[in-house]
Amino acid sequence: MDQLQESGGTPRHTTPVLEPGYTFASVTDKISSIVLTRRWSKGWLFGFAVSFTMLMVLNFAVCYLFFKGVGIWGIDIPVGWGFAIVNFVWWIGIGHAGTLISAILLLLNQKWRTSINRFAEAMTLFAVACAGLFPVLHLGRPWFAYWLFPYPSTMGVWPQFRSPLVWDVFAVSTYATVSLVFWFVGLIPDLATLRDRAAGKAKKIVYGIFAMGWRGSARHWHRYETAYLLLAGLATPLVVSVHTVVSFDFAVGIIPGWHSTIFPPYFVAGAIFSGFSMVLCLAIPLRAAYHLEDFITLRHLDNMAKVMLATGLVLAYGYVMEMFTAWYSGNIYEVYLALNRIAGPYAFTYYLLILCNILIPQLLWFKKIRQSPVPLFIIALIVNIGMWLERFVIVVISLSRDFLPSSWGMYAGTVWDWATLFGSIGLFLTLLFLFIRFLPMISIFEMRELVEETKEGGQH
Amino acid sequence: MRKIPTLYGLIAEFEKPHQVIEACERAREKGYKCMDAYAPYPVHGLAEALNFRKSRVPLITLIGGILGGCGGFYLQYWCSVISYPENVGGRPLNSWPSFIPITFEMTVLFGALSCVLGMLALNGLPRPHHPVFNVPRFALASRDRFFLCIEADDPKFNLRETRVFLEALHSREVTEVLY
Repeated sequence: MDQLQESGGTPRHTTPVLEPGYTFASVTDKISSIVLTRRWSKGWLFGFAVSFTMLMVLNFAVCYLFFKGVGIWGIDIPVGWGFAIVNFVWWIGIGHAGTLISAILLLLNQKWRTSINRFAEAMTLFAVACAGLFPVLHLGRPWFAYWLFPYPSTMGVWPQFRSPLVWDVFAVSTYATVSLVFWFVGLIPDLATLRDRAAGKAKKIVYGIFAMGWRGSARHWHRYETAYLLLAGLATPLVVSVHTVVSFDFAVGIIPGWHSTIFPPYFVAGAIFSGFSMVLCLAIPLRAAYHLEDFITLRHLDNMAKVMLATGLVLAYGYVMEMFTAWYSGNIYEVYLALNRIAGPYAFTYYLLILCNILIPQLLWFKKIRQSPVPLFIIALIVNIGMWLERFVIVVISLSRDFLPSSWGMYAGTVWDWATLFGSIGLFLTLLFLFIRFLPMISIFEMRELVEETKEGGQH
Repeated sequence: MRKIPTLYGLIAEFEKPHQVIEACERAREKGYKCMDAYAPYPVHGLAEALNFRKSRVPLITLIGGILGGCGGFYLQYWCSVISYPENVGGRPLNSWPSFIPITFEMTVLFGALSCVLGMLALNGLPRPHHPVFNVPRFALASRDRFFLCIEADDPKFNLRETRVFLEALHSREVTEVLY
């Protein structure tokens, strides 16, 4: 990745991670002006209005759910998990890219992460917020959600610590907390920049409170960098553990198609795949709308597409191995599940999933496609749909036909299931629109570092 | 101009990162001790130029992580073995393999939180106000300028001599920092 810097001006890559000609001052001004001086644009207002309307759909669907109970959803016996768990796994998977980009790529010293890590982290937080909603709504009595945590209650009982569902509570809440902390720590120096550059008193005070008096002291920076690296080191195993624990929710069960040791790596690969596709879905419109093509260059799109291609192939391996182990096990239930996937009543979801997740992403082998924003955006969108279908296939097909034909049943989401899914996208987008309006979507201080580093390379 | 007791120090502004590193090194050679440099991004070698090498952040993180891990395991052990032992077909009460995921998550959670809180505490943050903010041009420390502040508490500090010294270091300008 460092060929550009090393070869000094005669790059092997045609597209750099930062277009030349930027200084400390110009990167600061360009990124902070999006928040501080830009007026309310029509596009932003329109986008926010649409997202907020979608959020109100969620509000309505959830209020009605609290009023009537989970009976308004399509869930029943045998399919008791339904959309809520499909959506949970989908959102939490999307949430994996942010920490992956921030932590793992930081430790691997990948310079190109700098201009995308901030909004990828924000996206992670918002996706985890959406994910966290679903298991709670699915509880039936969501006001008792706190029973999931070990606290000394008058009932004298404790959560079942041997259950993956309790592991999940700890994994997801730890992930949400650590991601929030990581994101906030990254923001502190930028909040100080906004405090120093904001024109109005109110803005100065608000940004000032959150900047906590950051003044850029060399000693502070030294501890800050140490802390940031340590956080990255802690977040790296965490990000892998979260989707592993999510996969345990399935793999520890004995339902055909779930009870498999391939689940943890296969889920983690799927999470990274869907996370990067969501980052692309957001980065491509954002760079166009805010003219950030110099910061989020074609090189970034190209690299993200490559990560998608690689994780997509791991996922394809997972699909093949699922079929293979079903056949090789000789277990009639596993064999039946495999046949049920390819020829049962839900077969169309399985074929759509193969199309969206395996066949269409093969276009990413072509550099031309990896570097053209519009086709890339469409592929990323298709992958997001494909990943939702994957979770549908795992949850619904296995549950609908397990061991005894007498207990089989069909499942379909009701209008309330769809409204909740649609509304959760509204929650995600609303938070995202607020984020890009009030906080710097690209890490300013890391861009200054990048300016210094790319300049040094050029001079040698 | 106010009197010496209300003076925090003298601050010099630099345009380039290497200039401020050089200035720190020169000031250290000259015998100044109470000083700090300010930069808009982590400049490598700047903290070292101020003779600041080791921070205690890693140790705090390690302690936090160990406490979190032990606490997480003990929570599960205590609940399953001591507080509410339940015999499920003669299986061991201390079923440690199934306690590992939560032990791991608690290690990471407490490690991360103690890392961040430790970093902030060692840095003395949050601290909404600081004398250096009284210098109007200091706002550029979060944009593109680098500063070195020699504090009045320094035994070698002398308003005139220190000013002459700082001005000779290719600084853009030298300003008094008042409380």
